[in-house]
Amino acid sequence: MLHIIAMLSIACGLIFFAGATVGILRFPDFYTRLHAAGKLDTLGVLLAMAGLALYNLHPFSIEALLTSLKILLAVAFTFIASPTATHAIVDAGVRAGLRPWTKQEDDQQ
Amino acid sequence: MKPYDLEKLPLNRQEILKAARPSPKNPFIQRGFALGVSFSLLFATWILLSGKFDAFHLSLGIVSSFAVTWISRDILFPSGDVASLVRSAWGMACYAPWLLGQIVQSNIHVLRIAFARNPKELIHPHIISFHTRLKGEIPLVTFANSITLTPGTITIQITAGNEVRIHALDFTTGDLAALRRMESRVARAFGEDI
Repeated sequence: MLHIIAMLSIACGLIFFAGATVGILRFPDFYTRLHAAGKLDTLGVLLAMAGLALYNLHPFSIEALLTSLKILLAVAFTFIASPTATHAIVDAGVRAGLRPWTKQEDDQQ
Repeated sequence: MKPYDLEKLPLNRQEILKAARPSPKNPFIQRGFALGVSFSLLFATWILLSGKFDAFHLSLGIVSSFAVTWISRDILFPSGDVASLVRSAWGMACYAPWLLGQIVQSNIHVLRIAFARNPKELIHPHIISFHTRLKGEIPLVTFANSITLTPGTITIQITAGNEVRIHALDFTTGDLAALRRMESRVARAFGEDI
């Protein structure tokens, strides 16, 4: 039972990772690509890692519990670091003077 | 962006921060409590990462956590204000599940756009700029990172005049009312009234 939940969670995480990759390839410009790259990943990491943590718990022991908690700690740090990194990249783009792609601009061309 | 008076601003900001963080009544107890909290956090992390429970490793952990607590006493919880510390921790604990719900919702939205037949027709990238009434630094950082965490919106910058600029992917994710809701939730989590 635990294994099935873990598998489902990892599979959902992989779907989000796939979506992130597809998004990076298909979105029109730097900023919109970051929407896919920086954030679909975050939920992907959460689901995949939560799945791994559950899977790891099965023959239950203190060591397994500690390992699972370490995995969750990594997820928590990802949740703080990922938006900050995304913001830093966007800020670099703005400072370099890169203009965002907009629909109106596209119509004029 | 609204113009703001550069001469007045830093003074104003100092006053605002001071008002948001009143000086503690009995500084020694407050300081001691803050040190205790950071020590127990560090020691819990030590136990988690080492995973060994014999006396040698535990005493090593106590010594090193105490050293780090002492060295970084001005970095971790510099105000030493116990009441607001407990309040913020509780507020964050209440705020996190709601944020997680928002993240899942908007992730599915962006995922659908990514797999759509023609993503360029579905998106309308635009930049929103609005004035936030949050005052403290930690609430502002939390708010900015929450905006970035929910897909479809990225915080570009927060100016000194509390003007938030956001790059939004389309009109559903970049909804001003939703941003206001998130702002008031952050304010409630940190006990600020806006």
